[in-house]
Amino acid sequence: MDTKKTSLYQLHQHSKAKFVEFAGYQMPIQYAEGIVEEHRYTRNHSGIFDVSHMGQLFIYGQEDLVDDLERIFPLDLKNLKLNHSKYSFLMSDNAGIYDDLIITKIKDGFLIILNAACKENDYKILKELLNDKYKMILDEERSLIAIQGPKSVEILKSVIQGVENLNFMSGNWFTLDDHNIYVTRSGYTGEDGFEVSLTNEFAVRFTRRLIDKGAKLIGLGARDTLRLEAGLCLYGHELSKDKTPVEANLKWAISKERILKGNFIGSDIITKQLNHGVNKIRVGIKPEGRIIAREKTKIYSESNSEIGEITSGTFGPSVNGPVAMGYVENKFSKNDTKIFLEVRGKKHPATICGLPFYKKSYVKGVNK
Amino acid sequence: MSEVKYSKEHEWIKLEGEIATIGITKHATEMLGDIVFTELPEKGSNVEKDGTAGVVESTKAASDVYTPVSGEVVDLNQSIVDDPSKINQDPENSAWFFKLKIKDKSEMDTLMNKDEYDIFAKESSA
Repeated sequence: MDTKKTSLYQLHQHSKAKFVEFAGYQMPIQYAEGIVEEHRYTRNHSGIFDVSHMGQLFIYGQEDLVDDLERIFPLDLKNLKLNHSKYSFLMSDNAGIYDDLIITKIKDGFLIILNAACKENDYKILKELLNDKYKMILDEERSLIAIQGPKSVEILKSVIQGVENLNFMSGNWFTLDDHNIYVTRSGYTGEDGFEVSLTNEFAVRFTRRLIDKGAKLIGLGARDTLRLEAGLCLYGHELSKDKTPVEANLKWAISKERILKGNFIGSDIITKQLNHGVNKIRVGIKPEGRIIAREKTKIYSESNSEIGEITSGTFGPSVNGPVAMGYVENKFSKNDTKIFLEVRGKKHPATICGLPFYKKSYVKGVNK
Repeated sequence: MSEVKYSKEHEWIKLEGEIATIGITKHATEMLGDIVFTELPEKGSNVEKDGTAGVVESTKAASDVYTPVSGEVVDLNQSIVDDPSKINQDPENSAWFFKLKIKDKSEMDTLMNKDEYDIFAKESSA
């Protein structure tokens, strides 16, 4: 199969991107300035991320759809307000994670943002679970552009007036040059920012305007260091079919109301794990010194027994040191527990720590 | 006069008397991206031609550093361990990795000169 290209492919080329194949797409891993500089620019100024490879699934329907989706997602969708978003998961019967996603209530139904590598499979699973009752469009005609970092609100509002009134995890439709644009205040970097859904034909012109206002294109490399510092999971690393949301330490994303009532896919296992605990759980890990522990690095206890594995590890430019996440046996998951990481045959000391490694506050109270 | 040669693993080596200074090429740093971690061989250890003699890690991945000739490690550049970004800034000069007292000068003959390496680097990145 040929690799696909997003609408911004040529713009990436002009911006001296190095490309990598990711989930069947040619995507920019970095541009001329490199990952560390791109990371810092996002934290201090404003970065533009082409996330058009991600799935934008529109499902149209009314109350029936809400009921049917509540049987799938562990969310209180009946009380989800128009244009508000929630983080959630598509799970198997035993609560394994097929995908993690953002679901937003829109006027005629829901918009679900899916991971690129999972979107086709998610579409099939959802179509089957919904018995083909609703109109579902995995929209390939729209691009998705994220703008992240402290200057993003100023930059985006100078292009689309009104976005500054959005709160974190809410969105709205806007019109720009006769194009319908859906903007949510969200992202995956730990910074204030927005995700902008717009037609492919308008994507380049729109992105150039953001660049003219001082935002810079940022590649997948910095996206990874940013999300890892923010303690956010990446599907295929922290999350997979073999992990449940409770094991992934994401129980905050499961509606308490819905747990009491059960009756969603995977609810039996989730309830059991919430009541009786899990064997392994996701934690933050801070290696001592500068040693970087990458994915699949084995984790040992102080008494030298193997207790888990790293799922993501890199150098965090804003932390100015190595950072990692992984799964360890529950009894070793408390903050400040001393552990050892086996890198190139040697064991290096590290500590279990709280997440995120790097924190800023999201914008919540602008529109009261 | 000192002689600079290059290896297929993208190391440079400068020989002065029987002491060789070894580092990684500018081309290597461009392929690696931002270097954020460096590990050097132990001082006093003996390294064999084409054997591993350190590690560099970028934000993306770890790569071994090889020694283009055999010898005894007599000096290390601690400054690139303390601040690995120096390697990106000045790879073929101040950001050298280690110095060897070399065992066999004829091993230098197996390496490329500057022109040969430039062509090799161009082809290997194409």
